[in-house]
Amino acid sequence: MKRHVLTLAMASSVALASVAGASAQVKIGILNDQSGVYADFGGKWSVEAAKMAIEDFGGSVLNGKIELVTADHQNKPDVGSNIARQWYDVDGVDMIAELTTSSVALAVQELTKQKKKINIVVGAATSRLTGDMCTPYGFHWAYDTRALAVGTGGALTKSGGDSWFFLTADYAFGYQLEEDTAKAVKDNGGKVLGAVKHPLNNADFSSFLLQAQTSKAKVIGLANAGLDTTNTIKQAADFGITTGGQKLAGLLTTLAEVHGLGLKAAQGLVVTEGYYWDLDDQSREFGERFLKRTGRMPNMVHAGTYSGVMHYLKAVKAAGTKDADAVAKKMKETAVDDFFGKGGKVLANGRMVHEMYLLEVKTPAESKKPWDYYKLISKIPGEQAFFTLEQSGCKL
Amino acid sequence: MFGVPAQALYGQILLGLINGSFYALLSLGLAVIFGMLNVINFAHGALYMLGAFAAWFALNLFGIDYWWSLLLAPLVVGLVGAVIERVFLARIKNLDHLYGLLLTFGLALIIEGGFRHVYGSSGQAYGTPEELRGAVNLGFMIMPKYRGWVVIASLIVCFATWFIIEKTRLGAYLRAATENPKLVQAFGINVPLMITLTYAGGVALAGFAGVLAAPIYQVSPLMGTNLIIVVFAVVVVGGMGSIMGSIVTGYMLGVLEGLTKVFYPQASSIVIFVIMAVVLLARPAGLFGRGD
Repeated sequence: MKRHVLTLAMASSVALASVAGASAQVKIGILNDQSGVYADFGGKWSVEAAKMAIEDFGGSVLNGKIELVTADHQNKPDVGSNIARQWYDVDGVDMIAELTTSSVALAVQELTKQKKKINIVVGAATSRLTGDMCTPYGFHWAYDTRALAVGTGGALTKSGGDSWFFLTADYAFGYQLEEDTAKAVKDNGGKVLGAVKHPLNNADFSSFLLQAQTSKAKVIGLANAGLDTTNTIKQAADFGITTGGQKLAGLLTTLAEVHGLGLKAAQGLVVTEGYYWDLDDQSREFGERFLKRTGRMPNMVHAGTYSGVMHYLKAVKAAGTKDADAVAKKMKETAVDDFFGKGGKVLANGRMVHEMYLLEVKTPAESKKPWDYYKLISKIPGEQAFFTLEQSGCKL
Repeated sequence: MFGVPAQALYGQILLGLINGSFYALLSLGLAVIFGMLNVINFAHGALYMLGAFAAWFALNLFGIDYWWSLLLAPLVVGLVGAVIERVFLARIKNLDHLYGLLLTFGLALIIEGGFRHVYGSSGQAYGTPEELRGAVNLGFMIMPKYRGWVVIASLIVCFATWFIIEKTRLGAYLRAATENPKLVQAFGINVPLMITLTYAGGVALAGFAGVLAAPIYQVSPLMGTNLIIVVFAVVVVGGMGSIMGSIVTGYMLGVLEGLTKVFYPQASSIVIFVIMAVVLLARPAGLFGRGD
């Protein structure tokens, strides 16, 4: 029964999401999870970031208005593909961005190739997007499983956390993140003692945590994201895991989750992000503007959405057309020089290579002002964080 | 057993009981409401969430601590329930079941959507009360004190509810009013008031569960969405409307789910539904249902 009602609700939300406008010259779609576990990780905040990019660009390109459409894919590849298909075929959308959730991103990227449009993945993690599943029109902007693995996995192993146990979200993203991190751990001389796969959108992690505890691994790697990560960290504290000497590594934890947890529960957590608002003047400027509009500081997904949309618009302007081949070529030729992708460049497989940051969550005593959550441990150069074109396995 | 050390197994059974406590509390409320009002209350998950938020508001806005919240939040949620019953449900009581289901489902979407709009999805943190912080080493596992308290509190509330409905005069009135409302009214008992109080009581149980859950899970607008489907499965397995059935099934399925998490974790989110399907095939009235 509920399924039918949900299908109905879904169908109507798809219809609502696509209010067509005939006069627009360039149409951008933000497709992501706006109601589920990743609604703060990306969600409507990413939509706001895209709006900011369009406003900052001036609101128009190629003598026409830039229009923004948005929809909720509910983390379901079939729902995401259907919306994307309708956007491309009926509503004349030229580019889809954000695409949190790897399984949805992979599906939409494949569709984008068939339709010869552009997609910029920001919120999804799997490195396969620019690896064996790469396309000429697909871009991957903020981070990927490889960068997270090199950052958090490599750094912790080197500093003595040389035995790992994984709690892995049971879908494409979780597998890839576990695999990439396990490799980084082994490359640095560590070993993996075991792993347990949990369903996406799980509430109670105590059972899995108990298994991780019995493994006696020094580091428990959380290959999950969003509300799942938040709940795991919160419950790990209850079961005395961190006080028992085991360390938690949130492999994909952003400012949004740290904010939800509060510093008391999250302190000491080591994370890898592609952006933190309080790094320098440029990042602070964007952060403050975003805070003023939304009431919260952006994480790397929100900032990355801004950067990706901006880069796309610049490429359309430079190419003088929105033809996907010409725009993709321009996007790859042009350096990404903004507050997000410092010295960033786009590889032929669509991977935007830029500096990543290894950060540690502050203790409540160290935090001096609202949103003062991280201290910088080290900067990871882009070449080190991401695969090179050859390593990626992309065959174009 | 099957390559899993016995000690780990005890731990998992205990964890299953803790989850089962929530299933039992929530399915009990649903069973009471269905048994007395014939309403399939899809807003139950949203009201559970409301209970957790009530506790969070109480603490952060008024400085009311956990123990008072445990008493006050169910009252607030019960009051909201009474309003829902009087304003909406009372108007459609003569229509098909489906209308009640759709109405409560719509209410759930509105309540959850509203909270999500204001508070986002990553939720608010709610600390464990001072007295129940820390953990006890049971030998086979580290047991957080708070989780032990959850099992005890839910057992007490579940059996108190069962006792009131099955063993007291008030419960007898209630049961009689569902069988034949006209006759009971003729004896001078205010049946509409009793119906309202029953609905309020049922959702107050959800509110109580919400307060219990607040220190364990993030207080998030989404916390009830997924739980509610599982809880419906529990009610179906136990037998719609059966009070004792929903309590026993709640704990039982919690333990079963816990064990699945050890032997084949990927299946842990569906095991309850598989059992539901099997039970429906073998005993359509549920394990404890009497059938018609």
